Amino acid sequence: MLIAVIVALAVGTYAFRLAGVVLHDRFDLPAPLRRMLPLAAAALLAALAGTAALTESGAFAGVSRPLGVAVGAVLAWRRPSLLVRSAARSIAAMAGRSGRPVGEAGAGGGAPFVVVVISAAATAALLRLAGVP
Amino acid sequence: MRDVGAIGLAVFAVGMSFGAIGVASGLPAWAVITMSLVVFAGGAQFMAVGLVAAGNPFAAVFAGLLLNARHLPFGLAVADAVGTSWRRRLVGSHILVDETVAFTMAQPDPASRRRAYWLTGATLFVSWNIGGVLGVLLGEAVGDTDALGLDAAFPAGLIALLLPSLRDRQTRDVALAGALVAVVTTPLLPAGLPVLLALSGLLLMRRRPGRLAC
Repeated sequence: MLIAVIVALAVGTYAFRLAGVVLHDRFDLPAPLRRMLPLAAAALLAALAGTAALTESGAFAGVSRPLGVAVGAVLAWRRPSLLVRSAARSIAAMAGRSGRPVGEAGAGGGAPFVVVVISAAATAALLRLAGVP
Repeated sequence: MRDVGAIGLAVFAVGMSFGAIGVASGLPAWAVITMSLVVFAGGAQFMAVGLVAAGNPFAAVFAGLLLNARHLPFGLAVADAVGTSWRRRLVGSHILVDETVAFTMAQPDPASRRRAYWLTGATLFVSWNIGGVLGVLLGEAVGDTDALGLDAAFPAGLIALLLPSLRDRQTRDVALAGALVAVVTTPLLPAGLPVLLALSGLLLMRRRPGRLAC
């Protein structure tokens, strides 16, 4: 069953990719569909993020996970304050590295992706260590 | 070039969290690694792992393919950079992902578009898969990945990937409405269905030629 899922996903995804590349000169997607596909992708990903952040097997996932996700989301949205950034720089300097922190040119206007993911995980892990469900 | 390095590092990190979360959700290591090699689409892979673990393989395939349907218009947009020979088309199509398209579209002339496409695609494919293998090893070594908070890393990573496209108002409305529908219906419906119901957010789509995320 698992193999079937992987094969179906792989074949279907490759077909979409190849179809676009090959049909380039001969085919123009109808405008409404062209507009809809990125929106559909955003809706699915947002729903996946929301349910994965808040629920576990159809019930509330507890407090630690959503709080961790929230910390990550805020960092992704807003770059960490100057204070945090300069602290990170001085740590980097102490570690003998100079120049910009690794991954600073990361996605969007927020903190680098690595920072977002690690902060979310660390927050949830620390809360659990402190006994929060 | 430096940007390609930065995005490669980011994709390495996502690939690693995918590997760790994949084995943490109960999938065998070979399945997680194979998926990264042959599907090579982050969002769909996370979606598939989540829905397979929830016991709904049909929804996993359906949602994953729906998610990846966007690669068709992407392919139309960057076909010239992929190349015209069949060898280039067949190989190049597999490394077509959001970031490859974004970097290619940012280039001014055909020669640099082609260079950007292949450089970004190859870099991401390698870093995604190395990250995935290391993540699998990490996940297996740790065992209880919840203690490390990895279950929080996945949604946070998704949100970080999604945020840039949410700057567009229509995309934001549709995405947030969809997420709300999915979360509210999760306690009531079988696994997998709530995420698909998020497509009802598309009802908010207005008939104006809005800016495209691609």
